Amino acid sequence: MNTAQSHVERRITLEGEGVQRVLERVNRELVGLAPVKARIGQIAALLMVDRARRELGLTTEPPTLHMSFTGNPGTGKTTMALRLAEILHELGYVRSSHVIAVTRDDLVGQYIGHTAPKTKEVIKRAMGGVLFIDEAYYLYRPENERDYGQESIEILLQAMENDRDDLVVIVAGYQDRMDRFFQSNPGLHSRIAHHIEFPDYSAEELLTVGDLLLEEQGYHFTEAGRQAFADYLERRMQQPHFSNARSVRNALDRFRLRQAMRLVEQGGSLGAEELAAIDAREVLASSVFGKASGR
Amino acid sequence: MHITQGQFSFLPALTDEQIKRQVKWALDHEWAVSVEYTDDPHPRNTYWEMHGHPMFDLRDPAGVMEEITACRLAFPSHYIRVMAFDSSEGWETPRMSFIVNRPDHEPGFRVERQEGPGRSLRYTVRSYAVERPEGQRY
Repeated sequence: MNTAQSHVERRITLEGEGVQRVLERVNRELVGLAPVKARIGQIAALLMVDRARRELGLTTEPPTLHMSFTGNPGTGKTTMALRLAEILHELGYVRSSHVIAVTRDDLVGQYIGHTAPKTKEVIKRAMGGVLFIDEAYYLYRPENERDYGQESIEILLQAMENDRDDLVVIVAGYQDRMDRFFQSNPGLHSRIAHHIEFPDYSAEELLTVGDLLLEEQGYHFTEAGRQAFADYLERRMQQPHFSNARSVRNALDRFRLRQAMRLVEQGGSLGAEELAAIDAREVLASSVFGKASGR
Repeated sequence: MHITQGQFSFLPALTDEQIKRQVKWALDHEWAVSVEYTDDPHPRNTYWEMHGHPMFDLRDPAGVMEEITACRLAFPSHYIRVMAFDSSEGWETPRMSFIVNRPDHEPGFRVERQEGPGRSLRYTVRSYAVERPEGQRY
């Protein structure tokens, strides 16, 4: 009986073209981050299998998708959250691909009784999509026992538990502070299924990031410019307040300013190549080269 | 007497799934949806009590459904309606309004005639339920 049944059993192929497309885009647009991509790939695979199981009538427990992204500034946490919303949308785990990005001010009120409606309103806005809480550790201020952050956390916890079908919460922040935040809020820690760490970029990866960002804006490095930029990155990474891809973006903006100034001062007629090329001169004018180890 | 006010009131009561799809329609048009309740459903009583804040910037009906559920829990035998307000220029008015909750027993209205000077008659409708004080009507 059983064998007879297994012969006519329905077979199903894992559908995931849309997901593959988004994953490929993630791969293309986000440099490095191998462990993160691997984890996202796993989650996507699980969700695909889960959907197939449901279609064949196997029991499935709706997976908990709340996540925590920890990592240094500029390691792609927000961008990844946006892409993840698209993946979840493709798989039908959220009804729309919108991401509501909030910080402490959007959730915590200023006076008694202000916090709960404020937090609930944000939750309602995020429903059907992804709620991204940046720098989530600010929600909890242990030094002030009258702080309303705790109230906000409790409402969030409730929503994360009860509205699991309607809401995916992603909390993000710097590693060490998030660890402390989770220590003081064990309930939050246990309700988050996926803790994903974003590693720092290597100098090589940052160079690729720079190429990609320039390409997006219709610029490119000259050979010498790229070499100088590699030097620049090496020095800049040693300095304090280095924030990975964000620092690269800011540096590129400054290069563009200097290039524009140089072209204006130079005058005369210009070709497309000259307008698009970032040369070593722009890069080397940076302050990281000037003062031996200054700011 | 089944009170007919707003949209869909001649139809059987909407299911939650149907309400959700109506709300989705409103949200897709970027109308702000709010939930209101009253125990005085006189046709001229336009201003019902608001339950919670009007909900701006929602994308998904789940938030509205939550508010409707909360309102039904708090006022199980009141009239509850869902409104969708269009703030765009030229409209600035509710575009949708429909009842999502009503009491089991609706006694309805009676016509009152008042004799005026010169054998003239003035007519008015009066709700049976409203004779009782607020909170004990349905």
